[in-house]
Amino acid sequence: MSTKLTAGLSPHIKSPQSVAKVMWAVSIALIPSFIASVTFFGPRALLVLAVAVLSCVLTEAFIQAFMLKKPITVSDGSAVVTGLLLAFNIPVSIPLWMVAVGGFVAIGIGKMAFGGIGNNPFNPALVGRAFMTTSFAAPMTNWRLPLVFDGSTGATPLGIIENAAQTGMSALQSDLPGYFNMFIGNIGGSLGETSALAILIGGIFLVARGLIDWRTPLFFLGSLAAFTGIFWGIAPESYADPLFHVLAGGAMLGAWFMATDMTTSPMSRKGRIIFAVGAGLLTGIIRLFGAFPGGVSYAILIMNAMVPVIDNHIRPKRFAQGAIHEKA
Amino acid sequence: MSKTFPMGGIHPPDTKISAAAAITPLAIPAEVVIPLGQHIGAPAEPIVKAGDKVKAGQLIAETAGFISANIHSSVSGTVKKIDDVADPCGYPKKAVYITVEGDEWAEGIDRSPTLKKEITLDRDAIVEKIKAGGIVGMGGASFPTNVKYMIPEGKTADTLVINGVECEPYLTADHRLMLEHADEMLVGVEILRIALGVEKAVIGIEENKPDAIKLLTERSAEYPGITVESLHMQYPQGAEKQLIKACTGREVPSGKLPIEVGCAVNNVGTAYAVYQMVQKNQPLVERVVTVTGKQVSNPSNFLVRVGTSYAACIEAAGGLPEDTGKVISGGPMMGMAIADLSIPVAKGTSGILMLPKAESVRPEVENCIRCGACVSVCPMGLEPYLLEKFARADKWDQAEQRASMDCMECGCCSYICPSGRPLLDYIRIAKGEINNRRRARASQ
Repeated sequence: MSTKLTAGLSPHIKSPQSVAKVMWAVSIALIPSFIASVTFFGPRALLVLAVAVLSCVLTEAFIQAFMLKKPITVSDGSAVVTGLLLAFNIPVSIPLWMVAVGGFVAIGIGKMAFGGIGNNPFNPALVGRAFMTTSFAAPMTNWRLPLVFDGSTGATPLGIIENAAQTGMSALQSDLPGYFNMFIGNIGGSLGETSALAILIGGIFLVARGLIDWRTPLFFLGSLAAFTGIFWGIAPESYADPLFHVLAGGAMLGAWFMATDMTTSPMSRKGRIIFAVGAGLLTGIIRLFGAFPGGVSYAILIMNAMVPVIDNHIRPKRFAQGAIHEKA
Repeated sequence: MSKTFPMGGIHPPDTKISAAAAITPLAIPAEVVIPLGQHIGAPAEPIVKAGDKVKAGQLIAETAGFISANIHSSVSGTVKKIDDVADPCGYPKKAVYITVEGDEWAEGIDRSPTLKKEITLDRDAIVEKIKAGGIVGMGGASFPTNVKYMIPEGKTADTLVINGVECEPYLTADHRLMLEHADEMLVGVEILRIALGVEKAVIGIEENKPDAIKLLTERSAEYPGITVESLHMQYPQGAEKQLIKACTGREVPSGKLPIEVGCAVNNVGTAYAVYQMVQKNQPLVERVVTVTGKQVSNPSNFLVRVGTSYAACIEAAGGLPEDTGKVISGGPMMGMAIADLSIPVAKGTSGILMLPKAESVRPEVENCIRCGACVSVCPMGLEPYLLEKFARADKWDQAEQRASMDCMECGCCSYICPSGRPLLDYIRIAKGEINNRRRARASQ
């Protein structure tokens, strides 16, 4: 026989899935939010997005080429996802050089310092955002209202209610946007977090493709709603209702796109539920009692740190597990 | 909603391109090479020597131990020699080389197609006859069938599960057998049901074979003990524990056999072989082999005499396509890619699959992105990503604690991994190492 054959062990067929396909699918899922951010915050949103993505991609390529002397793998799209998510988490008015620094920190420290894709314990985009929030406190909270409100400076819904416990919710009602505007994203806030509708379209796309576990956003938002709902139920004059909390701030973006990050969330189904519930509760706690009006990114970062513990203790249910225990 | 197993599993493309090809007998070759170890357990002891004349169906090697199986000649002719031949893994194994002369069958073997329904033998006589016929599981593992029917002290069986799932992509041998020999197979199931001493037999068939489900449901109407269960398609439903779960809802515990939950499982091909032996006195000397591949000119299901070379089967299906990168013994999920096409078809050879070069290279291995897909597809509820990590770091205790030994090597994890990581390869290494350590502990 002249043909050379490859011998070897099974399996001999492979699903068409690849890391690059996963990452580019996430990028596609972010397109609705991309469109929403440019629609609501104008052409400058494009600039912020472009700088964030470029900064992330170039940082990764630079580190791989000159520091690690390894093949450049930016074409897998993971740095693009980080760049998009970082931009979605910052206000449109921020100076562009700060965006570039944020992208550098997100990839350089948040990802490559840990060994690159798959090895980072924290969501890189959130690492970048946390760095920017502490380093550039004022520009990071210089919120702009959407263009329909002339794009002037204005508070986010969460900012408006921050002192609600003192002033009473009813006094704030006139300042708060309606739920419809909060749903479509016609409110002040970070670039990609305001439009719940756009996030939902992208999120459902990822669920349908089997790339994220629907339980994560469900349990995240559910526990946030339950936690804030208890306080609202007891003292509605001092606290916002749960629907407000689900739609306001970064809850939707965090629940659908940050808490679902594969690398930084648990491996088992049960583990992911615990992770999501923890992140939802922490978000509620920070929002109602913390120093910041919003708490999604810190809540997720804290839960990221818990992942090794969760993975170690929460194991998937083994086949015939009940039977094993009966016999034991 | 039809039944299936609840945990894990994948849906690879079906690619059953030979499903419409009727079973055709393959020409008897000029020489057959019959391995003495075609089953799990001890290789059989040869009772013939060079120069002996043998007939088809004649015993040529006897069982050597409790778990072993008789070997019969698949042809008539002269024993040329007893010598090594490569098994699909490439290891040398003893085999009987026979030069074919005519096609004369040993006395008492009924080669006529007449259906013989009436079962006259009792339980013990059936098991004895299955043993005499050298019948082994034909779904792949080749476990001696008679051993399954010797129920250990203190255990009782109540259900016979028959595997008509054929969940491996490409393979169609069992499907064709169910369509073309439904009645014989059903008698075989009845025989096995009696041998197990139970009232109920369930034949599990996946929904991608509606014709077989329909036919067997119709034909089994006259057997009150036999039911046909239509199963939702999902790989690896043909795995013993998954099939029992899907058909009966019972879960076989870790490290235990089906009898633990009152079941025995056999393949439809085995049921047919049992019919041939018990009713017609024909030992297991031929089997249906699917010879297929996307570029194969005539994807076929051949009735092949054991000992015929893979090359002869491939030739009969139109020859080896020029672009072939792998030739696989068995299916693409659990089969073995072989290097030498002169090796013989054995009792457990369910298919010969040719994959084009482009599909024969493994993807480049990338970092694990912790997507968790391997965990969610594992039908045993294991953590393949972690087992790989343990195996790479020689952490055998942890690999054992996290139930590496429960892995049945279905390959779902390696199939699904977006980073192309060789998860199953490392789990195999861990299993081998754990076995070595257990043996070392036991011998101390």
